[in-house]
Amino acid sequence: MGWWRTTGLRVLVHTGALLPLIWIAWRFTQDNLTANPIREIQLETGRITLTLLLLSLACTPVFHASGFVPVRQWRRTLGLYAFMYACLHLLNFIGLDYGFNFPQIWGAIADKRFPLAGLAAFVILVPLALTSTRGWAERLGKNWKRLHRLVYAAAVAGVIHYVWVAKSQASTTAPFIYGAVLATLLLVRIPMVKKVISRPGAE
Amino acid sequence: MEKINRSEITPEQVYLSRREFMTGAGALLAGTLLLPACKGGGQVAQNDFCSTAKAQATADELGNKLTACNDVTSYNNYYEFTTSKTGVAPLSRNFKTTPWTVTVGGLVDHPKAFTVDELVSKFPPEERVYRLRCVETWSMVVPWLGFPLASLLNEAGPTSNAKFVRFETIMDPTRMPGQKDRSYDWPYIEGLRLDEAMHRLTILATGIYGKPLPPQDGAPLRLVVPWKYGFKYIKSIVKIDLVEEMPISFWMKTIPSEYGFYANVNPAVSHPRWSQATERRIGELTRIRTLPFNGYADEVAGLYAGMDLKENF
Repeated sequence: MGWWRTTGLRVLVHTGALLPLIWIAWRFTQDNLTANPIREIQLETGRITLTLLLLSLACTPVFHASGFVPVRQWRRTLGLYAFMYACLHLLNFIGLDYGFNFPQIWGAIADKRFPLAGLAAFVILVPLALTSTRGWAERLGKNWKRLHRLVYAAAVAGVIHYVWVAKSQASTTAPFIYGAVLATLLLVRIPMVKKVISRPGAE
Repeated sequence: MEKINRSEITPEQVYLSRREFMTGAGALLAGTLLLPACKGGGQVAQNDFCSTAKAQATADELGNKLTACNDVTSYNNYYEFTTSKTGVAPLSRNFKTTPWTVTVGGLVDHPKAFTVDELVSKFPPEERVYRLRCVETWSMVVPWLGFPLASLLNEAGPTSNAKFVRFETIMDPTRMPGQKDRSYDWPYIEGLRLDEAMHRLTILATGIYGKPLPPQDGAPLRLVVPWKYGFKYIKSIVKIDLVEEMPISFWMKTIPSEYGFYANVNPAVSHPRWSQATERRIGELTRIRTLPFNGYADEVAGLYAGMDLKENF
C-alpha cells in the first residue's frame, strides 16, 4: 500500500499525462490525423492543455476534501505537463501551421481576440513554469505563492480562448463544460466554501 | 537572511517528480521529432470509393494538383450528419439517394420535378476542376462532374420578377441524425442572386473523380460556386425555387454576425474570429495566400462592380 501511494500513483499520473501525446504520435504514424493533421494537432493539444491545467487546479481542493496527501504533489506535475502541451500547441501554430512566417502570424492574430487570449494564457504560464523549481520557490519566498496564484488567470484566459474560437452554437458545448469546471474550481477557493468542503486537519 | 516558512519549501518528492517529468517529456519530444522518419513512405490505402475513381484532369488551370480522392471523401463539413469532419463518411455510408426528386419552381414559367437520372441525361455532366475554399481556411482542388445551373434555370424559364434562387436540402432526421440537433434551424437553405446562379462557372455537381457523388460529398446533387466559401455549396438538394426576395441562408440565420449572403472568398475581409488572408491546401504543409474570389476574379468580379464587399460579406 505504501509503495502504491507514493511510486505507483506517481507513475500513473506521469503515464496519464503523457498518453495523449503518445496517442497523437501514434495517429500520426498511422496517417490517422484527418486530412488536415496540423489543425487536428492544434485542436488536440489545446484541449489537452486545458484538461491538464484544470486537473492541476483540482488537486488542492481534492486534497482539502479528501486529506489524501500524494494528490498535493500532482498539482505541479500536472501543471508542468499542461505547460508542455501549451508549448506544443503554440509551436504547432507558429511552426507547422505558419512556417515561422511572422508577418503572416501577425496578420492572423493582430485583431483577433481568440488567439490573443490564448497568447495571454501562455505568457502567464511561462514565469510559472520557470519558477516551479525548489530553488525559485526558496528565492521568492512568500512571493512565490502570490506569483503562482496567476495560474488561475492563465486558466481563465485559456478557457476564454477556447470559448471564443468556437461557434456560438450548441455544437460547442465542450468550451462551456471547461468553463463550468473552472468556475467550480474558483468557487471552492472562496474561504467560506473551502471551509465547508475541507476535512478537519487537511490544511 | 529572510526566514523561509517550512511549508514553502518544495518537498523532495515534488522536485524529484519534476526531474522525472523533464526526462519523460524530453524523451517524448525527441521521439516526436524522429517520428516522421519512421513514417512509412508507401502508398496510402484507397477507400472503396477512391479505388475505382479517376479524374480526367490532374490539375486546375493554375497548375494546382488535384487533392487526393481519399481526402475529398473523408474530410467533410456536413452538419446534417455530424459536426465531426471525419465522422460524416462513416455515418452517411448507407444514405439512400434513389429515388430522388428535385423540384424547380417558384417564379418560373415551367415548374417541374426531375429525378437525378433525368437531369443527368438531359444535361450531360462534364468534368470541372475547381478550387474549393472553406471558410475555415482550408482548401481543396476538386474534379467535379456537373452541369451549368443556368441550363436547368433556362429550362424552367425564370419570370421577370425572379431576382434570386433559393436552394433547400432534404429534411429527414431519421436518415440525417445531425438534423435532430434542435440548436440549428433545419433544413439547410442557400441562395444566389440570379446573375450569380446564371454564371457559367456555377454548376450543379452530380459527381467527383469521374463517379457519382458519394453521400458524404452531398449526393446526389449539390451546388458548386467556386468563387464563394464552401458553405454556399448546398448539398443533397431537393428544392430549387426562383424568388423575388433575398433568401436567408442557414448560416445567415444561425450566426448573422459571421456569415452573410454573398460569402465571396476575400482575403481582405476577415472572418470575425480569424483572418482569411491565407489557407492550407489539404495535403500540403505550408500555407498559401488566398486569392480574391478564390482566383476567379477575372470572371466574376464584374458581378459585384460598385458593391462594398466588406459590407456585403
